[in-house]
Amino acid sequence: MTTLRRPNGLRGGSTSRLPDRVMKAGSGLFAGGVVALVVAIGLMLAVSSRVTWSTFGLSFVTGTDWDPVASIYGALPFIVGTLVTSLLALLLAAPIGLLTAIFLAELAPRRVALPLSFLVELLAAIPSVVIGLWGVFVLSPVLRGTVEDWVTHTLGTVVPFFAGPTFGVGIFAAGVILAIMILPTIVAISREVITAVPLSQREAMLALGATRWETVTKVVLPYAASGIVGAVILGLGRALGETMAVTMVIGNKTQVPTRLFDQGQTISSQIATTFNEASIGLQTSSLIALGLVLLVMTIGLNVVARLLVRRVAGDGVGMATGG
Amino acid sequence: MTAIASAIPATLVRSRSDRRRSIVDRTFRVLCLVAAIICVVPLFAVIAYVAINGAGALSLDLLTKAPRALGIGGGAAAAILGSIQMVLVAAVLAIPAGILAAIYVSEFGGRRSATVIRFAADVLVGIPSILMGIFVFTFLVLPFKQYNAFAGSVALALLMIPVIMRTTEEMIRLVPKDLPEAALALGVPAWRTILSIVLRTGLTGVLTGVMLAIARAAGETAPLLFTALGSRLINVGDFAKPMDALPIFIYVNARQPYDALNAQAWGAALLLLLFVLTVNILVRARTLGRRPR
Repeated sequence: MTTLRRPNGLRGGSTSRLPDRVMKAGSGLFAGGVVALVVAIGLMLAVSSRVTWSTFGLSFVTGTDWDPVASIYGALPFIVGTLVTSLLALLLAAPIGLLTAIFLAELAPRRVALPLSFLVELLAAIPSVVIGLWGVFVLSPVLRGTVEDWVTHTLGTVVPFFAGPTFGVGIFAAGVILAIMILPTIVAISREVITAVPLSQREAMLALGATRWETVTKVVLPYAASGIVGAVILGLGRALGETMAVTMVIGNKTQVPTRLFDQGQTISSQIATTFNEASIGLQTSSLIALGLVLLVMTIGLNVVARLLVRRVAGDGVGMATGG
Repeated sequence: MTAIASAIPATLVRSRSDRRRSIVDRTFRVLCLVAAIICVVPLFAVIAYVAINGAGALSLDLLTKAPRALGIGGGAAAAILGSIQMVLVAAVLAIPAGILAAIYVSEFGGRRSATVIRFAADVLVGIPSILMGIFVFTFLVLPFKQYNAFAGSVALALLMIPVIMRTTEEMIRLVPKDLPEAALALGVPAWRTILSIVLRTGLTGVLTGVMLAIARAAGETAPLLFTALGSRLINVGDFAKPMDALPIFIYVNARQPYDALNAQAWGAALLLLLFVLTVNILVRARTLGRRPR
């Protein structure tokens, strides 16, 4: 069968004619453009932020003050804000997403699994700004009146991390919103890697009299483990870069958050709220430096995640939901 | 398969340990079901609130008037028109670029260059869209000292290209190989084979990817903030000037301390959500179940 396939598309076919060569060159231009774009974005962020790096060096990353008036810029509040909200999102979304993926791939009959996957995909399609709108006016007040109130009055009296005051908007609300937004990514990709586990593996377990729980935990999950980790990391990558919804519910306060219900700011929300008003020069350069930090974080995570997913489920998986 | 699975515990529940195993198994199944339900609750909650609050805010003014120059009132007409224009221009820029890139990767490129390009497209999809905003700002706003709608369209287009490229490529891969081979054997030139056979056969699939990319671009806010900026004026056709868009309109009005403006944000959110969900439902309903995703 493989001998009949064109090994590399039409290469080696009749590509000698002029129009063919024009098409090859033209399409190659755009394909090369995709690669060039990635490089250009990285270079542009590095070049446009050079003033910041030459002024502060690596202490930019560890500095806790962001003071345009005194021309002192430190990225730590935003880096911490980004990491804390994203990890919180992961903590909430990973278990729920994985269980849902197992439900869809292993337990639910087809007529339930199909519409349910469809609904999860739809969740991914809702624009970030609409989720943010809902987050500000609906979710935050509800969180404040229930979870935040309860936690501050119980755990909060003992552990300072859980103490008040509560605002509704803040780190915690941002984490919950992010969890909702990365669920589709985690569910869709975990489901694909779980589906990729050979049926014979499960059948062997079931034939031995194992329950579904035993089959899933002893055979399916170990087999799909690296792919699932990849799915979760891909979700994390998405959480790190998510901008609008977070900007709307995090409270936009420049401080290193020390408590769960503090208000804060992520890298992307800081850029979104202050870039347009920033004075050209050190301030803009520092915001772009923040962007570079974010770029390095997300690209690093994405590369690792895709390699992991590919190991289990092969090439081209998770594209449609990867963003 | 599920029939077998549910039959097993019934026959196995004999000893105490078997009963324990059965309880663990059942708890696990219930937990999975609960998780799946939790997953769809936010979807329905968002849709319901947007529908209710948005329907209350829908009015002729919202659809036909620009925001008042000062104070409260007016509508989202500038945003609606702006979104349509900018997304259309972005699509015109991104569709040929994305499709051509896909053609190169699947038909002309060698194995190694195809891998590199695919990888770059994957990385591009993962780059936060706000960084795309900064990128385009540097090249198309800063030199002209003027926020402009063209920069907004370019930013949206750059976000659409990798999505269109990867979906097109997937569709090309699904075209049976004997079709182009037959054409080539008949002496049809490669370019003609690609356009009339390969792309023609995969056309619905390509359109699917294009429509999904358009729906996503229509909802993007972050890349527009530093490029098209938003505007209180209706701007038709002047891409050298700032232009409003529905997502920006929602973001700006949600942050105002006036109920009337917040209501406008809900109204605009309803319009945006209607468009995005309609496209997604129509497009995905066709492909539902064709390929596990």
